[in-house]
Amino acid sequence: MTVHQISVFVENKSGTLAKVLDLFKEAGIQLIASTISDTVEYGIFRIICSEPMKAKSVLDAAGVSCSLADVFAVTLENYPGTAADAIAVLGKAGIGISYLYSFMLSGKGILIFRTDDPGKTAETITRHGMSTLDDASLLSLV
Amino acid sequence: MGDTSFLHPQYEALSRTEIEALQLERLHKTLLQCMKSPFYRKRFKDCGITPQDIRTLDDIVRIPFTTKQDLRDNYPFGLSTVGLDQVVRLHSSSGTTGKPTVILHTQRDLDQWADAVARCLHMAGLRPGDIFQNTSGYGMFTGGLGFQYGAERLGLLTVPAAAGNTRRQIKFIMDFGTTAIHAIPSYAGRLFEVMDEMGIDPRRDTRLKTLVIGAEPHSEEQRRRIEQMLGVKAYNSFGMSEMCGPGVAFECAEQNGMHIWEDYYIVEIVDPVTLEPVPEGETGELVLTTINREAMPLLRYRTRDLTRIIPGDCPCGRHHKRLDRMKGRSDDMMILKGVNIFPIQIETILMQFPELGNEYLITLTNEDANDKMTVEVELKEFDDDYPRMQALTREITRQLKDEILVTPEVRLMPKGSIPVSDGKAVRVRDLRKTLI
Repeated sequence: MTVHQISVFVENKSGTLAKVLDLFKEAGIQLIASTISDTVEYGIFRIICSEPMKAKSVLDAAGVSCSLADVFAVTLENYPGTAADAIAVLGKAGIGISYLYSFMLSGKGILIFRTDDPGKTAETITRHGMSTLDDASLLSLV
Repeated sequence: MGDTSFLHPQYEALSRTEIEALQLERLHKTLLQCMKSPFYRKRFKDCGITPQDIRTLDDIVRIPFTTKQDLRDNYPFGLSTVGLDQVVRLHSSSGTTGKPTVILHTQRDLDQWADAVARCLHMAGLRPGDIFQNTSGYGMFTGGLGFQYGAERLGLLTVPAAAGNTRRQIKFIMDFGTTAIHAIPSYAGRLFEVMDEMGIDPRRDTRLKTLVIGAEPHSEEQRRRIEQMLGVKAYNSFGMSEMCGPGVAFECAEQNGMHIWEDYYIVEIVDPVTLEPVPEGETGELVLTTINREAMPLLRYRTRDLTRIIPGDCPCGRHHKRLDRMKGRSDDMMILKGVNIFPIQIETILMQFPELGNEYLITLTNEDANDKMTVEVELKEFDDDYPRMQALTREITRQLKDEILVTPEVRLMPKGSIPVSDGKAVRVRDLRKTLI
């Protein structure tokens, strides 16, 4: 139901993005999806990649501030409205979404998100029979 | 503690009365010596006093202050009281803020300096058999040669490792079985970080027991944190190149204030604005008169360092006065929106948050005529939880505001993003422009 996501703490002024991507390149780690969100003070570079554990240790060794966390990964059929339905289900259950991003892979829509109540989210996803991914099934789509 | 704990019992064990008698005798000698320097001869003549007018220690206030500007104006040899044929060493300040300054030493001056540093290190419990690694820069920076000669005088195996090359420092610590290190506080933190990266636990894998720290203002919290990390006792040291260098004042086993060697210096604490003495125990600018120096005595030298005398007796048995840790300098005091702020106040607050690392940077700006302070501080562990980070930022801001009465903008920074050099850490950047 969840996949591993790397979050990199990015200083607004530095060349951290290039550094992270170079480290991935050197280590042969493939980027599957990424997003950058910025707040007033700093940016967060969130990454789904082929080898999250290895990515974490490569970044740690290079002294890059980052964390590894589980985020929900839901797959959607490729027609309009499926995302709206999925989000509505979570909303009705009173679950707040902290952040969300989406991408297409092998003809499937994929929603990655984090919520304020992981337990309730898992239960809601199960109850509604939503289709989800873990690290291995995500990688098989690449 | 008995006399055997004193390296120089004839000086360390003196009572207050004995100290003051010795000071008066040495002050007289110093004043006569000063008359041999063109600078002091003129200065005394200009204010119409003679050495004979100074009859008691209290009369010292009749002597005008000597300032860093005096040293600059008389660069390089204007304050010398001996011929250059008797001078064996010269140390010069970097002159980053203008003309450099010079301090001259005869052989006797160097011997006395080494004795003072040896006394300090002995007081911190170091003895022959100890291995002392000095991470100060050598050359003109007095922390290098000053500790070198003092540690050798005491009979320590002294490693002149000098500044920088942290991995090599750690290799020396491991290979030689270093028991004591001299480092500025920020560098002690750096040593620990690199040891940690190398998988070395200083408590388990090294023989370190003593750390001598100085030259950089730091808080008690930071000292305790460094002691904890390295598994050592850390002793504060105070010195300045104008007063030779290290060895002016040092902590005893009590770690509660630095005994200033009053057989070498007469201590005054004055209000930096009115220049009047402050009541005992109150903070002001440290003013020192050297009374055990030949080549270049300094009378009532304004150090710009802010501190206070800790009242009362020290349980160690020494009656030499104790200086409190430096609270910054009268010239690095920040004035923001009319409020006086010392960087150490901010550091003390930051160090209380376990989420934060050791490095921080204070930046002052004044867009639209409004003074603004930004405090950037390293976050030890990043977790991708924005609400929690916001709450942390808010709490740091609130506590800083309570302490300094100005609301700073607090920014949490990734580890390693605040530049640290192997020299003194830059803690304050004042980018304010003159608005007239």
